[in-house]
Amino acid sequence: MADILGAEVDEEGFLVDLKDWTKEIAVEMAKGDDIELSEEHWDVINFLRDYFEEYQIAPAVRVLTKAIGKQFGKEKGNSKYLYSLFPYGPGKQGCRFAGLPKPTGCI
Amino acid sequence: MAKEFDIPKLPTYLEIPEINEGVMEGEGPFKSAKEFQSPLGFPGEKVDNWQEVAINKMGELKSKYRSVQVFLDACVKCGACTDKCHYFLGSSDPKNMPVARQDLFRSVYRRHFTFAGKYFPKLVGAKELDDEMLDDWYNYFHQCSQCRRCSVFCPYGIDTAEISMAAREVLDSVGVGQKYCNQILGKAITIGNNLGLPEPALRDTLLDLEEEIEEETGVAVKYPLDVKGAEILLITPSADFFAEPHIDGLIGYGKVFHQDGVSWTMSSYASEGANFGMFIGSYDIMRKAALRIRKAALDLEVSRVMVGECGHAWRVAYSFWNTLTGVGAGATDEFGQKLQNQLDSRYPQPQHIIEYTHDLIQQGKLNFDKSANDDRTVTFHDSCNVARATNMGGIPNGQFILPREVIKAVCNNYVDMERSTIMESTFCCGGGGGLLTDDLMEIRIKGAMPRMQALKEVEKSDAVDTLVAICAICKSQFSKVLPKFDFDPYMIASAHQLVSEAIIMDKPQTDDAPAEEVEEASETSVETETAE
Repeated sequence: MADILGAEVDEEGFLVDLKDWTKEIAVEMAKGDDIELSEEHWDVINFLRDYFEEYQIAPAVRVLTKAIGKQFGKEKGNSKYLYSLFPYGPGKQGCRFAGLPKPTGCI
Repeated sequence: MAKEFDIPKLPTYLEIPEINEGVMEGEGPFKSAKEFQSPLGFPGEKVDNWQEVAINKMGELKSKYRSVQVFLDACVKCGACTDKCHYFLGSSDPKNMPVARQDLFRSVYRRHFTFAGKYFPKLVGAKELDDEMLDDWYNYFHQCSQCRRCSVFCPYGIDTAEISMAAREVLDSVGVGQKYCNQILGKAITIGNNLGLPEPALRDTLLDLEEEIEEETGVAVKYPLDVKGAEILLITPSADFFAEPHIDGLIGYGKVFHQDGVSWTMSSYASEGANFGMFIGSYDIMRKAALRIRKAALDLEVSRVMVGECGHAWRVAYSFWNTLTGVGAGATDEFGQKLQNQLDSRYPQPQHIIEYTHDLIQQGKLNFDKSANDDRTVTFHDSCNVARATNMGGIPNGQFILPREVIKAVCNNYVDMERSTIMESTFCCGGGGGLLTDDLMEIRIKGAMPRMQALKEVEKSDAVDTLVAICAICKSQFSKVLPKFDFDPYMIASAHQLVSEAIIMDKPQTDDAPAEEVEEASETSVETETAE
């Protein structure tokens, strides 16, 4: 299996052991997707990690957009903004950078 | 990394493509690791004596499901199905012709279970099940969305979906499972939904939604969870809690329930309508998932069970819940019969949310401002499982009529796509049957081509800008593939999203402005509250 900075990742690039996550790993994963993590990216990543810690799952898109809108301004509270940060989807790409498991289901 | 591939061009007319042998060859989707196989009772990896296990399993399936044997025996190679599969039309790989897909399974069946195949294999196209064949099974039976379009055109009614389900069941039995489906099923049968959404997260998400709707509309629409004694138990795909535009549909359901004044609830124990047990062909696992719904219905003492916008959920509910769970007629076990007695026989059991809304519209209980959807020109995508495996409203073709009537009741601009691509001939979205995973993106995009072609034509002719679906998979698939064909990904909408936009909500009587004269419709309705 592949690894990123020594941390094992699965075939879809998600961390196998969520405890392995570090900020450097997030930066490295983003680099692999040609993204340089900005402050705006970190706002989302940090929210995802906080939410996961509380609920053991990634937030729904709606919950995420609303929370980001509340915290960082209404113009950012929509999925278009989040997709501009994470082109492969805030759910999937955002979760991967944040060290969360991949959301599954009909989504 | 994903291999490069060409996104199909959209022709003015669908043509049968020139054959490109082997263009979709490959290893198939990610395989399921031991941690996802074991909870379902499947071997963690390919077993040593896999050939023996597989042939035994085939023998078991052909006796258990007579349909499978009939389908394997009956094909006369007439070719009617060859150009009916969206995956063949989009990929041009001849193994994606339904008959060729079936033949992967049929040739092995002939070798082991027919006289001619045992003694004269070459004469009848009988083949051994070797590693190469098993790999082909894994790859090409995961390029079938079990949509059954081919079966509509087969003069014998051979259903490739059933063969594809059987093949996947054999694959699982030898330890070669698909990660996407089996990981999800593990969550569904332990946590209660495909997402793995635990109760606190679900509750919080619903509270958030209530807050948002009240802010927006001034009406306290509720999303009750685990309310004992509610009349209706809503079983909806968990994507409705999580993804867009799914959640806009959930908002619509809530508004309709609110206007009707009916008591309803969802269940944190059975918070999933989707049932991937069907995709992998496993009756036992399908039953396991469905039994959570029976338990929730019994525990919550509801008198009606309703299904949200989810294609194969409605197929499982409509076609299998009766014997699986006792929702409907025909259960033979104690708990199934108990549930049958508990449910109110004056309503369809189960009932689709479209049937429910349609009924309220006919009774005149809902009022709409259709102009709220005037910015849209709408078309409707018939989801395969709803179209070809279910009914609505108890009238012939009701599954095509009711959704369209609901949509037309809430919007002024509606156009159908080309007749040969809708209703019983509808093209699959390209992501059904357990294919809605990123590792199958190539076949998903190619398979979407026929639907996208028909959509492009109504975009050109009628400026259609909204594609409505009543299936969680269709909605997610379209939001991913639409931009690949130069459409706006946000043009996909839930049916109840349009309902939600247009519905006129009764404001609370305490408003500053004098309340409108509103008839208390709910009191005159047929429902009866049984006091505890």
